[in-house]
This record gives sequence, structure tokens and C-alpha cells, in this order.
Amino acid sequence: MRPGAFWLMMLGMAFFAYLFRASFLLLGERMTLPPLLRRALDYVPAAVLAALVLPVFVDLGRPWAPADTARLVAGALAAAVAYRTRSVPATLAVGMGALWLTVWLLPGA
Amino acid sequence: MTFERRSVALGLRDSLPIAVAVVPFGAIVGLGAVQVGLAKLQAILMPYLVFAGASQLAAYQLVSVGAPVLVILATTTMINLRFTMYSAALARYLTDLPRFWRFFIVFFTTDQGFVLALHRFEAEDPPASKRDYLLASWLPLWFTWTTSAAAGALLGATVPPSWHLDFAVPLVFLALLAAALRDRPKLLAAVVGGTAAVVLAGLPLNLGMLLGSLAGIAAGTLVEGGSRRRYAPEADR
Repeated sequence: MRPGAFWLMMLGMAFFAYLFRASFLLLGERMTLPPLLRRALDYVPAAVLAALVLPVFVDLGRPWAPADTARLVAGALAAAVAYRTRSVPATLAVGMGALWLTVWLLPGA
Repeated sequence: MTFERRSVALGLRDSLPIAVAVVPFGAIVGLGAVQVGLAKLQAILMPYLVFAGASQLAAYQLVSVGAPVLVILATTTMINLRFTMYSAALARYLTDLPRFWRFFIVFFTTDQGFVLALHRFEAEDPPASKRDYLLASWLPLWFTWTTSAAAGALLGATVPPSWHLDFAVPLVFLALLAAALRDRPKLLAAVVGGTAAVVLAGLPLNLGMLLGSLAGIAAGTLVEGGSRRRYAPEADR
């Protein structure tokens, strides 16, 4: 990433994050969020996280490689652990462990 | 400057367990930044100024696939829009604070810090000083999280690519995603969002993730229909 692009990204993100954190100090606490926006915000984590994570494991745009299998196996195991424990450290430990093991076992990965 | 003792004690007591628990998340954010090619200084600085981990990991993921800055800003803005909910719920508790303290303290808003504060402020015997409670509960979270991110960035810069530590970023997303799937409409939002992002992955400017996210949000919102919101504190007053 070029330095100019990085600074634009970082300052832009910092600006919007602060703007939202201070939003109702600026608007006044008698204002309310539009109901539709409130409802939509409820779905942001599930939709955005899935949209970010699934393309890491499934890439339809190029031929399948052994490294993809390793990532998919490790990702599936980690997903199971994530769903059971909801714990970031447990998901990290199982996912990284599984990736190292499959990479070590699979030729060419 | 004087502090109100009970407010400070409550704030510290509430936040310290969480301050410890956010260390791995902070470390991954620092590590993820250097894994996608940001300089160490950039990776260390960003958590201090942005201080929004999920949006930062999303940004790094998008940097790694070469998405343009505008797409990164649109995606991260969507993720951080939830802070307006927290601001809406907390603003009425901050009206007594001097202007400087109000605008200073909200910089440190986090998901966990918001939950702690709302819980205390709505209790039978709220802290006498809202400012002191917030300083004592929110600043430790900022301090430990940014410090662990800096440590992660320094550590990540020394780890060879053969360790595949870039994989830690999607793993953290998986853990956060699992926690977000609390009911059927959320599951639908995730299935639609994820599938659309995979199908649209070939789009120019890496718009697939952004459009996939919007499709998932729309699906969840439409399916929920007109049912009462689960959480709407100011609607009750």
C-alpha cells in the first residue's frame, strides 16, 4: 500500500469512527436513530463478517491448490470451535494448529 | 483535579478483566497490519487513532486483496456505524459533563465499554461521577488494547511467512461471526452476505465484500419484518 493511500485510509477511518462515537453529542440526546437504520445495524456484524471471511476460504476465480485445502480444513475446524466456544483464543489456537498440521501433512501446500 | 473514589473503583473493577481479555485481539490487529505489508510505525499508530478493531481487521483484509481506499472506507464506515447506537444510548448520561470531557471520553467508546457503562448508569446506585467511572473503565481498555497491538506489530514483523500468521485475521473474524449469529435472521444475513461475497469476488475494485455485506444486511432486515427491536434503550423513555 502506498503511503498516501495509507494515510487517507487511516485518517478517514479515525475521522468516521470518532464522528459516530460523538454523533449524539453533536445531534443532541433528544434525537433518535431512524428505526430502519437501527434494525439494519443489528445485522451489520453477521453480514459483514461473513462477507469478509467466506471469500478467504472459497475462491471461485482460480484453480484449486493444495494450500486452499489446508486453509479450508483448518477454517472448518476453527469454525466448529468458534461456534461451540465463541472464544477468540480457542478459535485461534485450533485454527492455527490445524493449518500448521495440514500444511505439514499435505504435499505441495 | 479530584476523583470520586467509588466511581473510579467501580470503573477499574469492571474493566480490568476485560482489559486482560482483549490482549489477544489487540495483538492480532497489530500482527495483521504488518502481515498485509503495512510498516511497523503505521501498524502501531493506527490502533491509537482509529481504536476500532473489527473495522481495522476488515481494512487489513481489504488491503491484502488490493482494494482501493474508498472501498475500504465504505466497508469500515458500515462496521463502525454501530457507535451511533452507543452514542444515542449514552448521550443523556453525559449532559452534566463539561464539554471538553464529553467530547474527550467518547473517543474511547468500545463495544465492551459501552455495555459496562450502560449497565452501571442504569443501576439503582449509579456512580456519583460519570466522568470518573468512564475514565477508569474505558481508558484501561484503550491502553491494554493499543499496547498489545503495538506488541503484535513488533512481533509480527519478525515472524517468517512460513508460519502463515496472516491466517489469524480470518480466524478472529470466524470467532466474532459465531458470536454474532444469535438468531435466524442473523444467520440468514451471514449466509446471504458470505455467499454473495464469494460469488461477486471477481468484481472490479473488490466491491464484492461491500456488496455482499449490503445484501446480507438487507436480507436480515427484511426477514425480521416489523417485530419489536431487541434492544432500544431510549425508545423506553
